[in-house]
Amino acid sequence: MRLAWGLVAPLGLAYSAFFLAPLLILGVVSFYQDEAMTEFGTAQWRRFLLDQFHWKVIGDTLLLGLKTVAATLLLGLPLALVYRAASARWQRVLLFIVVMPLLTSVVVRTFAWIVILGREGLINRLVLDLGLAAEPLRLLQTELGLVISLTQIEMPLLLLPVLAVMVRIDPNVLDASASLGASRWRTLFRVILPLAAPGIAAGCALVFASATTAFISQSVIGGSRLVYLPAIIWQQAMVVAHWPFAATAAISLLLSVSAVIAVIATAGRIAAGRVEAPTHG
Amino acid sequence: MARRPNLGAASYVLVVGLLAALALLILVGPVLVVLATSLTDSRAIRFPPQGLSLRWYELLLDTVRSRPIHRAAGNTLQVAALAAGLATLLGTAAAIGISTMRGRLGRLMDAFFLSPLVLPGLAFGLAALVYFTLLRLRPSLELLVIGHFIVITPFVLRTVGASMSQLDPALPEASRSLGAGPWRTFRRVTLPLIAPGIAAGGFLAFMASVDNVPVSLFLSSARTDMLPIRMWGMMESTLDVRVAAVSGLLILAAFLLMLVMERLTGLTRRIRG
Repeated sequence: MRLAWGLVAPLGLAYSAFFLAPLLILGVVSFYQDEAMTEFGTAQWRRFLLDQFHWKVIGDTLLLGLKTVAATLLLGLPLALVYRAASARWQRVLLFIVVMPLLTSVVVRTFAWIVILGREGLINRLVLDLGLAAEPLRLLQTELGLVISLTQIEMPLLLLPVLAVMVRIDPNVLDASASLGASRWRTLFRVILPLAAPGIAAGCALVFASATTAFISQSVIGGSRLVYLPAIIWQQAMVVAHWPFAATAAISLLLSVSAVIAVIATAGRIAAGRVEAPTHG
Repeated sequence: MARRPNLGAASYVLVVGLLAALALLILVGPVLVVLATSLTDSRAIRFPPQGLSLRWYELLLDTVRSRPIHRAAGNTLQVAALAAGLATLLGTAAAIGISTMRGRLGRLMDAFFLSPLVLPGLAFGLAALVYFTLLRLRPSLELLVIGHFIVITPFVLRTVGASMSQLDPALPEASRSLGAGPWRTFRRVTLPLIAPGIAAGGFLAFMASVDNVPVSLFLSSARTDMLPIRMWGMMESTLDVRVAAVSGLLILAAFLLMLVMERLTGLTRRIRG
């Protein structure tokens, strides 16, 4: 046991000094009354919380995260089902396709969507050539465009934990469900999804955390008309240099995102609890 | 048992199949679009590209006209190498230590060290900036290394932790009972068995550092420019076509590194967990 503590200690100390301490200091800074940070008080918190605009921004930010989670689930779960049923060889190919975007920079993936969604981009090219619209569609600087982009950017984060639980589902359980007369849809909703719930919840949490803090994607694809919390934090800290207010906004982001993630984790546990988990492997 | 008319089964195959196909398209398509765009001959970013040429790659490799990009790329690689090295060293030690802890304590430590994954990176980036500035430290590559190290260590903890949990405890025990000391057992038995996990974790940590935005956004400066931040600037202002060329090179590098790591460590299975 002493050896174990000795091995954990260096990282523990590093995390205390450079992870916990900065976050605590950030909390303290949010309670400075003024920009020059001379006296303590709740002025920044009052300024932040008593302004309806900030509540709207928090709501928009959380909603953006939830929409991204919903879209990644809609496309990602079917892919995970195909993966579960695929041969070992195809599983390797699919896994490679899922991991590949994860290892290409977020900025690169954001750039790709500018090319696809832009006025002279791929989608508008198709729409105009097929005569579906007379004018180019406006996709950049809309929330729809942003959610589509974030769906691709964040999907690998959902898929990895989901694929991990999918391969551990015992095929015999599914056979049993089918031979007892359950349709494939019923088997999906009553057997597969509950068994996969822990992985799905873990993936949703990662996607939500990443989408709500994706500053560059939000600002480049969303444009300046769509305002999310990361933009306020960045602008207050780096442009206005008002640290106490930036700290207040950052802690609000931290707390609201953590609250939603706690709800997701609880929902995952409840869904998983609906079946006894006869997994193998 | 009589089979029902298989309308349900057909609709299942159709819906799941179509959505999965769309998922694959949306995952792979953008990567191919970027590669095609980077080969354009025109000054504007259009799709399909107008004429094929390598002119933007040539301009990108020009040491005079693309110097700021080269410097940012150099900084990025330097920070990633140091931060990933640090993360691999401390992360591996901690993962081995945690794997011997039982029950609640081990889980608690795990959750604490993995928390940067679900914490808004932007909040930590700002916290690090405020903290270092209050300590009167000027922006430098060293501070970027520390900031990146914190957010990339979870990748090492996860892969090494998984390797440790798959390790057959009988092997180190056999080594000990044959008279090998703890250090010798570690070096000759445990370490070779978990080495692929360590390598995969180190690689993922390195890539995460190269990719990092939230920490670099706050800790980098004009002198310590980082590649993703510079690319953001290039996209915001004039939509420089060199962004496509940088992206093309990054995609190619990631693809080749991934093939190598897949061979050496079975990377993708380790990422999946």
